[in-house]
Amino acid sequence: MKDILLQVNNLHAGIEGKEILKGIDLTVREGEVHAIMGPNGSGKSTLSEVLAGNPAFTVTEGTATLGGRDLLALSPEDRSHEGLFLSFQYPVEIPGVSMVNFMRAALNAKRKYFGEEPMSATDFLKLMRQKRAIVELDNKLASRSVNEGFSGGEKKRNEIFQMAVLEPRLSILDETDSGLDIDALRIVSGGVNKLRTDRNATIVITHYQRLLDYIKPDFVHVLYKGRIVRTGGPELALELEERGYDWLKD
Amino acid sequence: MNQNTPSGCPLADNPADRAADEASQVIEDVTGSDYKYGFTTDIDTDILPPGLSEEVVRFISKAKGEPDWLLDFRLKAFRHWLTLTPPKWAHLDIPDIDFQAISYYAAPKKKEGPKSMDEVDPQLIDTFNKLGIPLQEQQLLAGMAVDAVMDSVSVKTTHREKLAKMGIIFCSISEAVKDYPDLVRRYLGKVVPYTDNFYAALNSAVFSDGSFVYIPKGVRCPMELSTYFRINASGTGQFERTLIVADDDAYVSYLEGCTAPQRDENQLHAAIVEIIVEDRAEVKYSTVQNWYAGDAEGHGGVYNFVTKRGLCRGDHSKLSWTQVETGSAITWKYPGCILAGDDSVGEFYSVAVTRNRQQADTGTKMIHLGRNTRSTIVSKGISAGHSQNSYRGLVSVAPKAEGARNYTQCDSLLLSPHCGAHTFPYIDVKNDSAIVEHEATTSKISEDQLFYCNQRGIPTEEAVGLIVNGYAREVMNKLPMEFAVEAQKLLQISLEGSVG
Repeated sequence: MKDILLQVNNLHAGIEGKEILKGIDLTVREGEVHAIMGPNGSGKSTLSEVLAGNPAFTVTEGTATLGGRDLLALSPEDRSHEGLFLSFQYPVEIPGVSMVNFMRAALNAKRKYFGEEPMSATDFLKLMRQKRAIVELDNKLASRSVNEGFSGGEKKRNEIFQMAVLEPRLSILDETDSGLDIDALRIVSGGVNKLRTDRNATIVITHYQRLLDYIKPDFVHVLYKGRIVRTGGPELALELEERGYDWLKD
Repeated sequence: MNQNTPSGCPLADNPADRAADEASQVIEDVTGSDYKYGFTTDIDTDILPPGLSEEVVRFISKAKGEPDWLLDFRLKAFRHWLTLTPPKWAHLDIPDIDFQAISYYAAPKKKEGPKSMDEVDPQLIDTFNKLGIPLQEQQLLAGMAVDAVMDSVSVKTTHREKLAKMGIIFCSISEAVKDYPDLVRRYLGKVVPYTDNFYAALNSAVFSDGSFVYIPKGVRCPMELSTYFRINASGTGQFERTLIVADDDAYVSYLEGCTAPQRDENQLHAAIVEIIVEDRAEVKYSTVQNWYAGDAEGHGGVYNFVTKRGLCRGDHSKLSWTQVETGSAITWKYPGCILAGDDSVGEFYSVAVTRNRQQADTGTKMIHLGRNTRSTIVSKGISAGHSQNSYRGLVSVAPKAEGARNYTQCDSLLLSPHCGAHTFPYIDVKNDSAIVEHEATTSKISEDQLFYCNQRGIPTEEAVGLIVNGYAREVMNKLPMEFAVEAQKLLQISLEGSVG
């Protein structure tokens, strides 16, 4: 069996005193793809934000480890360095900051964390070019300000582009399919698939089975009212598509 | 300054991106938020004892071997100054300044001006090296001519011979008084008369040195002209005076950099810049101001009271001010444009950063007199700590200024809950055909933006630097390349430790 990458035990978390996650257990091994589905407000995005360390949320109970390290003890940037990547549902705009500068700051921060020298301009440019190709992002987009004036599809492609540059061990894709037309969906999921290895893992958060036609999950979890109420194989997603969530709500 | 700029960095397609990249590279080397330029130079200095009187004015004039008309100008200014009191209308808390406790003249000891680089005091050169402007290399650097003013005397002007062949005059104002008295006399005090305000009167009485630029008709100055100001001697004031004249169809881009050593007491800086722009001529004036700002509790730092104004006298003339203000304990300055010529254009692009206990009250005046005159104002205020940051701007349209247009954009970014950002726009329109627009925003760096950066591995302080530079980019892009890198570095250094 493959090594465990992410281990979440009895995780409780909330925002402003309101508990949203009510005891999450999740084990993700290297090479695996997990899909997390569930109705609106079930805590899917909260789970991803909490794992990434968004300070707006408070963890009240439970543990989470990434590659054996206590994830909850790390700062958001160190979680990133340790290999956690979150593709945001709503990527934020940073006016005036070019993608080039942004990614360079991100990559060099990671290298610094591992005691490496900053990447030379030439090597970095080459890397950007390579990674851009994975999500068919053109040069112009990469030199524009971070997410500013990007269409919904461009923003999501831009997220996967960043993921390609940072080469995370665990990627969490939070509703990456929302707002995507069929071409963009193909490009984005194609990018995710190209980045898959037997050493990394992906958690896909989605409402729809459609994305899972492109990114094939090994496990499907249903999150409801802050708990995982059902876990199964890919067939569970098909069943959900057909029957909705109501039959799981009891 | 610019020789440290790595060249040929192929990261991005446009120079601004390239500058930003270079900047972030340099920033990584910088640690600690201590004032980087806080060293003093141990050079023999002739300092006049503190105090201001008619004798002192006469002494300064005599020491510089000035003609009678200039002494007369100084004395009139001094007598007028005696009737004035310091202005109190700005949103600034200015301690009482004892003008008799300041020394009004400090010259590095040199009987004769240096004839070549070999004659320049090695320690002085070392000072400039610390500032990143080694004069020797400046000579070789293409595209830059530097006039370095330390304390009160202009030390050395580079590239002068090359410029002279084109008829361009770039020298210290003291030399200009000697060598081109008619030109200086024709223009001095014409845009900023000594009666203009308290500090203008003071400067006119005791100004020690500064730069003089004359670009003759039809000449485009082929390089950036640059002056570095530095206050060195303790307990002295600095009163430099800059006069720039662009004759018909001329063009010049002028850069002004400022630093001062770290000292416990406050130092006074009261400068005047006058610019005259004739028919179809264009002047770009860029400032990166990094005078010592005082410590975290507000002790020490430079009081920066500056009067800068340009007269777009010619038709189709253009004057553009760009300033990045990160230093000084108190900043009081309003670079303005008098748009007298028809179709003349005035621009003001400003980034003002305040932190700790710094106070800034800065902005511009756009005076529309001619027909179809246009002005643009873009002001970006960034406040941190317990600082106070005000934009104060006047847009006035005279009765005859048919078709005048102004666009003003005034943005404030707040980085702490204790700082203040204020906007004081004055609009005075006396012609019905004028179109005057004013937009203002106040924002904070959002938690979402910071978390997004953090998630990508960028620590909060660095993220703030990135976001602030992005916020100011519209203005930074107006700076010449060499300056843009320095300015971005300054922004980042200035804000270290300001978050939270």
